[in-house]
Amino acid sequence: MIQFLSYLLNGISLGSVYAIIALGYSMVYGIAKMLNFAHGDVIMIGAYMSFCAIQYWSLPPIAAIVLAIVVCTALGILIERMAYKPLRTATSLSVLITAIGVSWLLQNIALLIWGANPKSYQSLVNFGSLTLFDGQLHITSETFITIAANIIIMIALTLFTGKTKMGKAMRAVSEDKGAAELMGINVNATISMTFAIGSGLAAIAGVLLCSSYPVLMPTTGSMPGIKAFTAAVFGGIGSIPGALIGGILLGLIEILGKAYVSTELGDALVFAVLIIVLLVKPTGLLGKKVHEKV
Amino acid sequence: MTQRKFQKTPVKMVPAPSYGILPERDVGERPVLETRNLGIDFGGLRAVEDFNLVIGKTEIAGLIGPNGAGKTTVFNLLTKVYQPTMGTVLINGRDTAGMNTVQANKLGIARTFQNIRLFGNMSVEDNVRIGLHNQIGYSTVSGILRLPSFWKGERAQHERALDLLSIFDMQDLAGHQAGSLPYGAQRRLEIVRALATNPSLLLLDEPAAGMNPHETEELMENIAKIRDKFKIAILLIEHDMNLVMGICEGICVLNYGRIIAKGTAEEIQNNPVVIEAYLGKQKEG
Repeated sequence: MIQFLSYLLNGISLGSVYAIIALGYSMVYGIAKMLNFAHGDVIMIGAYMSFCAIQYWSLPPIAAIVLAIVVCTALGILIERMAYKPLRTATSLSVLITAIGVSWLLQNIALLIWGANPKSYQSLVNFGSLTLFDGQLHITSETFITIAANIIIMIALTLFTGKTKMGKAMRAVSEDKGAAELMGINVNATISMTFAIGSGLAAIAGVLLCSSYPVLMPTTGSMPGIKAFTAAVFGGIGSIPGALIGGILLGLIEILGKAYVSTELGDALVFAVLIIVLLVKPTGLLGKKVHEKV
Repeated sequence: MTQRKFQKTPVKMVPAPSYGILPERDVGERPVLETRNLGIDFGGLRAVEDFNLVIGKTEIAGLIGPNGAGKTTVFNLLTKVYQPTMGTVLINGRDTAGMNTVQANKLGIARTFQNIRLFGNMSVEDNVRIGLHNQIGYSTVSGILRLPSFWKGERAQHERALDLLSIFDMQDLAGHQAGSLPYGAQRRLEIVRALATNPSLLLLDEPAAGMNPHETEELMENIAKIRDKFKIAILLIEHDMNLVMGICEGICVLNYGRIIAKGTAEEIQNNPVVIEAYLGKQKEG
């Protein structure tokens, strides 16, 4: 029972990381109507930046996290400007292929700079752990902080999109780009803003992910990226609560699957769930049916 | 309502040419809109050419023509959705060459759409606030930090949005989801949203489409009311001839992308070229 509780917490914690990454996919998809497959690699860059800040430049953890967020935000805007903006009117397939290209580019840049050897990441949010039930249940500070960060981010983002001028502009652009433009909303700036927020979140996700699973290499971001994409689709892409629910459920399925079914099949289970959900409800759990305009 | 910043220019008042709901019209010295030889090619197809139109400061003008004549294309040219391949568009005397839609909007041109394009998932008030985006603002920084200027801006936006909605008595609907409104109300909300961008020229693309005669009647009164209240010019595309002939002081007829006639309602109604375009040529003998 206590064992189960521990798996449950780990699952929610991992799911929280997926949820934060999924937000990036979901927001960018909602506004630019494109799948940014380079998103996972932005996570990896964020993790490397914080790693360097601690290891080589001996910055305090907070400064390392801030540095990672700043670099990733800038990187997100840069990627959008250089790679995606020229393709604003191109077919979605060209944009998709470009995104995969950017993903490979980032991985190879990381390979050039930091090499292929895995680095052992030192947790940035390690404040000891909580022991309950006579030492049977250990809850690490990473678990707590990941879950707390997820909750804070979800609330902040919901307030941002619902209550602020910029957030409303983002929703307007996601509903009808042309009409928003005719109302005087700068669509390009709004899309840049979305990439900036998504990439900033990716940096946080990178720090949290590597603090819990401390192996860092150039491909660290790709698998969580794909799983978070799965989570976004699972929850209903384009929806903030969808990303949250999709992420948490996916984390739980993965951890519980690995614990009770088979360690090797954990990942396979995740994708099997995706296939089943898409068969039953193609728009995802919270997704709305989109009417295509003629 | 806020005061619009118009310089006082001497205005020549002339009697309204048509139907009595409008007392007088002024023909300002500087027109709100002036197009010179405006045209666009789509590949080899010349969709609009030699489009010359001048709209006075508070004039209500109509753009009519058979289906496919290029009326909505003209709107897209004026709002810079399409970049013209020839000619110029002047808004308030400023050349719009090379501008994008957002810049044209800031110069004072706003529009509604033939097929309603509201932000359906957002509330009625938020739709209007999107229009107010560039009017009443606060910086993103003060939005994040919740500085006093943020709350002030928010309150000003809220009040202005309700004020604008009250034109159509829609202030009670502010909290409703825009997509759930009845059809006529959605059309009215589109007009309010366009007005929120503080235009000097409002383009209405078939505002009466799908309305019953009673609603159309109401719309006519409201269009005149808007012109008087905001002191703006209105250019409308419409197939409802009662509406066009009823409120438009100047009418421009488009066929196959070319202007075939311009004039008052009476002149247009008796123009043989227009009758031919709409009804076909009468057989001789």
